[in-house]
Amino acid sequence: MTAPAQAIPGRRFRLPFSPWHLVLVPATLVLIFPFVWLIVTSVETPAEALHFPPILIPHELHFANYSNALAAAPFGRFFFNSAVVAVTTVLCNLVFCSLAGYAFARLRFLGRGALFAVIMATLMVPFQVTMIPQFIITKWLGVHVLAGVGIDHLGALILPNAATAFGIFFLRQFFRTLPVEYEESARVDGASRLKVLWHIVLPLSLPALATLAALTFLDSWNNFLWPLIVVTSNNQMTLPLGLATFQGAHSTEWTLLMAGNVMSLAPMLLIFFVAQRYFVRSVAATGLAGT
Amino acid sequence: MLFGAVPIVWSAIMSFQNNQLTGNTSYVGLRNYRLMLHDPVVAQAVQHTFVYTALFVPGTMIVGLFLAVAMNRKIRFISLYRTAAYATMAISTISEAIVFIWLFDPSYGVVNYFLSLLGIPQQQFLNDPSQALYVIVIMTIWGWTGFSVVIYLAALQGVPQMLLDAAAVDGASKWTTFRRVTLPLLSPASFFLAIWLTINAMQLFDEVYLSTAGGPLNATTVLVYYLYEQAFQNFNFGYASAIAYLLFLIIIVVTAVQFRVGRRFTYYRS
Repeated sequence: MTAPAQAIPGRRFRLPFSPWHLVLVPATLVLIFPFVWLIVTSVETPAEALHFPPILIPHELHFANYSNALAAAPFGRFFFNSAVVAVTTVLCNLVFCSLAGYAFARLRFLGRGALFAVIMATLMVPFQVTMIPQFIITKWLGVHVLAGVGIDHLGALILPNAATAFGIFFLRQFFRTLPVEYEESARVDGASRLKVLWHIVLPLSLPALATLAALTFLDSWNNFLWPLIVVTSNNQMTLPLGLATFQGAHSTEWTLLMAGNVMSLAPMLLIFFVAQRYFVRSVAATGLAGT
Repeated sequence: MLFGAVPIVWSAIMSFQNNQLTGNTSYVGLRNYRLMLHDPVVAQAVQHTFVYTALFVPGTMIVGLFLAVAMNRKIRFISLYRTAAYATMAISTISEAIVFIWLFDPSYGVVNYFLSLLGIPQQQFLNDPSQALYVIVIMTIWGWTGFSVVIYLAALQGVPQMLLDAAAVDGASKWTTFRRVTLPLLSPASFFLAIWLTINAMQLFDEVYLSTAGGPLNATTVLVYYLYEQAFQNFNFGYASAIAYLLFLIIIVVTAVQFRVGRRFTYYRS
């Protein structure tokens, strides 16, 4: 930064605002441009969208794209399915991972070390290695045990993720940092293990549980490959799969696609803005745990 | 256990079978692995996976570090800037891919329009075998920006102001302080990001499935995409399992190398 000619000696030229704005404003524009363009296209007429050079500001808001997209694919249904799967998966993980995590943290039982080692090993194996057997198991369960968890049912999207190795490991690590004295005195007073977990350990673990809930929710909401494999019919699809299928059927109808896309990402974006602190803290926690 | 440990062993067994889902399976020893070694598409897929990872991981880390450093200060609108970066975390890979296909559309895409303003002729992007993979690199870096900014911002907030002040007192320039003090203190975060992003990069699938389906001319066929094709379009479960184990092996080796190299460059306080 050079001083303007004949500035007051000893004083450098200063911007009336932090120079970092000069970096951050363009960077932010680049980051949000895809969002902006997405919304702009979603309210253009098809003719406007297929105009080159592109029309950056539509002449009028063409909201018919939204009703047309809704008529072409059941986005409400996709949203409902995604919500059911995500919420159930989060609840299952909180219950099962707490139980298992507590067992690994505090109980002494035969084979604890070996069992924990096996769970840790599964943590390192990529999903793609296990997805084919998971597919066969899911198919078998649907035929022989319960149709609701079989191929092309929402249960098939929940069951394999109902308890994750990451969740068990994460909660075990957290439980081990809690002082054991409270639990011991409750045990002396005659409380059962489950009571101790419910009344003492879990209330002390709310930050960890919130982190696990936020991460599981994001994972479940955005999962694509597994639903792609096990779900085929339209009314069992989650948002990412429904949107991908919609794209496959209307790949050149850009205004329709963008309207569908806006409807698909709006709910998560809203949840994210409302609970931004939780999500950010949760993601930061994985980073700090990893370092 | 049923969905965790059992499938690992099961797919290992399947990788030694001629499993076609037609009912009859037979053990074929190492044939699937031998086939794999001579399959030109596997070689291409490995190459694409490595090229993609080698571009995506450092790219995401540099973008994240740069933005986090810029955002690690109390200035006006800062929460607005941060939210814009974080918002990319809330977008599913599918939404992201659809937007970027449109941005990079060869005929009507707005990116071609911006390039034309700079006097650059119309590009084919995802339709061009020599460009498609790079477009996927760009869209995924965008999608992971929020994540890497969060990780780096959290790490930057752990850098004690005292050390920076001490460096300034000793007459170090801002750049030297950044290089000699801040960057080493961020190395655990960089290490974590490198590992985490690499594992995710090797498993790239969603964007490829949606934007190019491995094409044009296999230019974007990565390992997981080929695995998916073999397993769920051709129903060669045995062969696909062998590819899955190749992927697993590659991830293990690469991560192990990263750990060995990373340990030397990672500085832990305490």
